[in-house]
Amino acid sequence: MSTLDDFISRIEKTCGEEKSTIVTFKYNKKAEITKRILERAKMNRSLAGIIYELSFKGKTFRLYASGKAIFKGVKEKEVLSKILPELIL
Amino acid sequence: MSLNTSKIRADFPIFQRRINNNPLIYFDNAATTQKPRQVIESIKNFYEKHNANVHRAVYSLSQEATELYENARKQIAKFINSNPSEIIFIRGTTEAINLIAYSWGLNNLKQDDEILVSELEHHSNIIPWEIISKRNRANTKYTKITDDGTLDLEDLKDKISKKTKIMSISHVSNVTGIINDIKKISKIAHENNSLILVDGAQSVPHMKVDVEELDIDFLAFSGHKMLGPTGIGVLYCKNNHYENMDPFHGGGEMIKDVNFNTKTQKSEIVWNSPPWKFEAGTPNIAGSIAFMEAVKYLDRIGMDRVLNHEKVLTEYAFNRLKDCKKTTIYGPLDPSLKCGIISFNVTGLSSHDVALFADNFGIMIRSGYHCAQPFHKVFDLKSSARASFYIYNTIEEIDRFVEVLKEIEHF
Repeated sequence: MSTLDDFISRIEKTCGEEKSTIVTFKYNKKAEITKRILERAKMNRSLAGIIYELSFKGKTFRLYASGKAIFKGVKEKEVLSKILPELIL
Repeated sequence: MSLNTSKIRADFPIFQRRINNNPLIYFDNAATTQKPRQVIESIKNFYEKHNANVHRAVYSLSQEATELYENARKQIAKFINSNPSEIIFIRGTTEAINLIAYSWGLNNLKQDDEILVSELEHHSNIIPWEIISKRNRANTKYTKITDDGTLDLEDLKDKISKKTKIMSISHVSNVTGIINDIKKISKIAHENNSLILVDGAQSVPHMKVDVEELDIDFLAFSGHKMLGPTGIGVLYCKNNHYENMDPFHGGGEMIKDVNFNTKTQKSEIVWNSPPWKFEAGTPNIAGSIAFMEAVKYLDRIGMDRVLNHEKVLTEYAFNRLKDCKKTTIYGPLDPSLKCGIISFNVTGLSSHDVALFADNFGIMIRSGYHCAQPFHKVFDLKSSARASFYIYNTIEEIDRFVEVLKEIEHF
């Protein structure tokens, strides 16, 4: 059975006062994860197939085609640990 | 004469790479620089042909390694117009500042003495002083910066006093690229019987720095920000200050004798002469030799041409960025006052959004505080994006960068 560790290489807080969290997907899984997230989350807006602003379970986040997502205002990894399995697995 | 960037780029293997299906545009040179093959090969060459420990052994291979290591010291001393005995090899700028804070500061700072830094400093030029202030019950004071991000010399003159024992100031800001007038600041320091440490992390790689001309007491800089490898840097320490400094680290190499009395079970220790007194343990030999190669590479180009190239790129970028209506640049807009660092934000987006968007196009820029949180607090910024240039960057790369910025402004 797959776990988040199979798909995510790093979760870290951003540097700066915004205190958002960046999730970096494993390089060889990024296309698969991006597809899944785009199917499951609500699209608010996007630009050139590179940046997507999405909503899921009351959280707004930005997804990048390079395989990263920023969750703004999310300071705790625990919050993400609840959302990410539903978004990715 | 402008730099032949095509010829320079051919020396850097990393520029053959593509990132996210785009040619690599590396604009995070204030954080670290890319390495030319001459530097990379010098590391390989050392380990393949000359590897041995330095100074202590009598055999030939060790003598070769020692000669290379000490030649590196001579070359780097010449680069900043100092003497080899004034060059201490350390891991980088951070360790160099910590060395002075501990080796000099612990012994020479008394209760209520003052250390003068500024609001534009990198954390590595703040935290060591705050630690030592707390230990010795001294005070770290902060010179203000003006509205355009330059050092407020009037405030500096107001804050310096008989209590000020050392001033520790960046030569070039890692956020705005502004070049501080160190010669003038050094004069103010010495007129007030204060020493001056210059954080040269962002100046030595980009312009000619002459410690004699600037008349400074200490200078700290890192190899990896000037084409060299990580984990090697230099502390320049004026010879006459050594007598007031205890060793920072203890171990082999930094001692002349450990006279152990078998009856009393006590050791009487005689320190090695400086600079070795401050180089405990096996040093980063390959790193020092590669650092020498980096310095030779820059010397061949000429530091005046390096700075001029950055000014040309910065001026061009400023003009092109006028097309980006939602982009705000921080710091002075006069390229003659700066090295090639531009910090900015795009309205409505976080710096991380901008950096991640640029990353999709193979453009590497920095986002966040750049380890300069006080600067961002003064300007009420949550963070900033930063593009920083070096000898291999081109006008065409800036064009591409501006086009990408214009695109994200539509989001």
